[in-house]
Amino acid sequence: MTEQELITNIETVPETQEYFINMGPQHPSTHGVLRLLLTLDGEIIKKIEPHLGYIHRSIEKMCEKDSYQQIVHLTDRMDYLSCHINNEAVCLCVEKGLQLEVPERVKVIRTIISELTRLSSHQLWWGVMGMDLGAITTFLYGFRDRELITDIFEETCGARLTMNYNVPGGVMFDIHPNFQKRTKDFITYFRKKLPEYDELLTGNVIFTERTKDIGYLSKDDAISFGVTGPSGRASGFACDVRKRFPYSAYDRVQFEEIVYTEGDCFARYKARIAEMWESMKIIEQLIDNIPEGEHKAKTKAVIKLPEGEYYQRVETARGELGVYIVSDNKKSPYRVKFRSPGFSNLSALDTMARGNKIADLVATMSTLDLVIPDIDR
Amino acid sequence: MSRSADGIYNFMGLKNYISDIYNGVKSLITGMKVTGHYITHPKEIITQQYPENRDTLKMFERFRGEVVLIHDENNQHKCTGCSACELACPNGSIEIISGKETDPETGKSTKIIDTFVYHLSMCTFCNLCILSCPTDAIKMAQDFEHSVFDRSKLTKVLNKPGSKIMPGVK
Repeated sequence: MTEQELITNIETVPETQEYFINMGPQHPSTHGVLRLLLTLDGEIIKKIEPHLGYIHRSIEKMCEKDSYQQIVHLTDRMDYLSCHINNEAVCLCVEKGLQLEVPERVKVIRTIISELTRLSSHQLWWGVMGMDLGAITTFLYGFRDRELITDIFEETCGARLTMNYNVPGGVMFDIHPNFQKRTKDFITYFRKKLPEYDELLTGNVIFTERTKDIGYLSKDDAISFGVTGPSGRASGFACDVRKRFPYSAYDRVQFEEIVYTEGDCFARYKARIAEMWESMKIIEQLIDNIPEGEHKAKTKAVIKLPEGEYYQRVETARGELGVYIVSDNKKSPYRVKFRSPGFSNLSALDTMARGNKIADLVATMSTLDLVIPDIDR
Repeated sequence: MSRSADGIYNFMGLKNYISDIYNGVKSLITGMKVTGHYITHPKEIITQQYPENRDTLKMFERFRGEVVLIHDENNQHKCTGCSACELACPNGSIEIISGKETDPETGKSTKIIDTFVYHLSMCTFCNLCILSCPTDAIKMAQDFEHSVFDRSKLTKVLNKPGSKIMPGVK
């Protein structure tokens, strides 16, 4: 080969190209069957395209053949980490349609168990977040503390994960005699253990290096994508449904809406840790003041909602869940639509992770706290 | 240690560099201290040794393991065969096949259950059947070890052979 040919050959070497890679559906850090189609330039993410449908169970369609009591247990299977809050959303929507006033006792019980659910969800998220970033210790510690909450659920509601404790008009059974004592014991215990979380992970140099200034989401983007929950509030979007549109007993408790303005992974992390403190505050205010009374308002055996449309929103551990029921005065709804927080939060993932590296995508997804069955329904 | 373009060492950079290392190592040791605490205090570990502790393991009384039909010592139950549980079940895991029984004295025929079929494999343990039962004939048992080698074993007949309805239950 002559010198001239060599130079021509070097010049015709193809330029670097974009290439595609599948992340999931079996990738462990997607926490379920989420498939992300990544467009990469080397290690830098150019574009993310989420592909859904791997765990679609047509819950909304199944609701159309079930009675209003039967719908409730299906919502357990959407966002299984905040199942009690999902159940509450459906029950509140049905009660709105029936114009049924539930007893004060029910409101307080629902609020306490909702906050316990939120705590247990955040504990699991904290453990899994650490594990995604390579620290398996946090996973075990998170589950250790979560176990005490699942025990409370098991004793009062009868199940550990898919509790199905709400029924339209109230709750299924009255609280267990041990409930108050156990909950108080747990709060005393967890107030000592939560600083341990900070010691283990928050100050850790590897963790902070991997989360600070990663996965930035601006306030405007958060609003336009509808990113709610702790993820939205970490970008400065004050969207706590418990504060803005109080339901159940949230109008009578004092708590702060956690808002950070940084919008990066570390802010989302801090927002959830701070929310755990607030949840404990709410439980402490209510646990000694559960009013006496019935645990369920009287409803007919066959519930028929008057013709019309009903919408109710609640704050789950992930964000705003909306339940929209269209009724045509039959025993099952004409149409049910769930506005799930996970779906909207996922839609912002492309904006957040663009320009970062693949390893940062794992951290970004972790702090979004995605639950795939909630996204897909 | 960083060097600026004109060759002068930037000592502020060096100071930051060393303090970064110091803070980083300190944060790692803080984390390790928590882990070390649990190594030296094995009593604070809460792991349960399942299945070794199976004999002492007691589930909570409300725990929903499986649906059972309550029988008393005379092999009598309270199920009238009204099918309220079958209607309340969202997944069709309960099937009631009812029969007729004629009272020899009055000659009246009453509806009784022939077989109470329960498909455990379809059950979501939502407790709606228990709530709907007008005579409290069924309840949730605490047994949770349901794994079997053959799927057909999960279809159970809940009324025991030869069992009868309790007198007086309507």
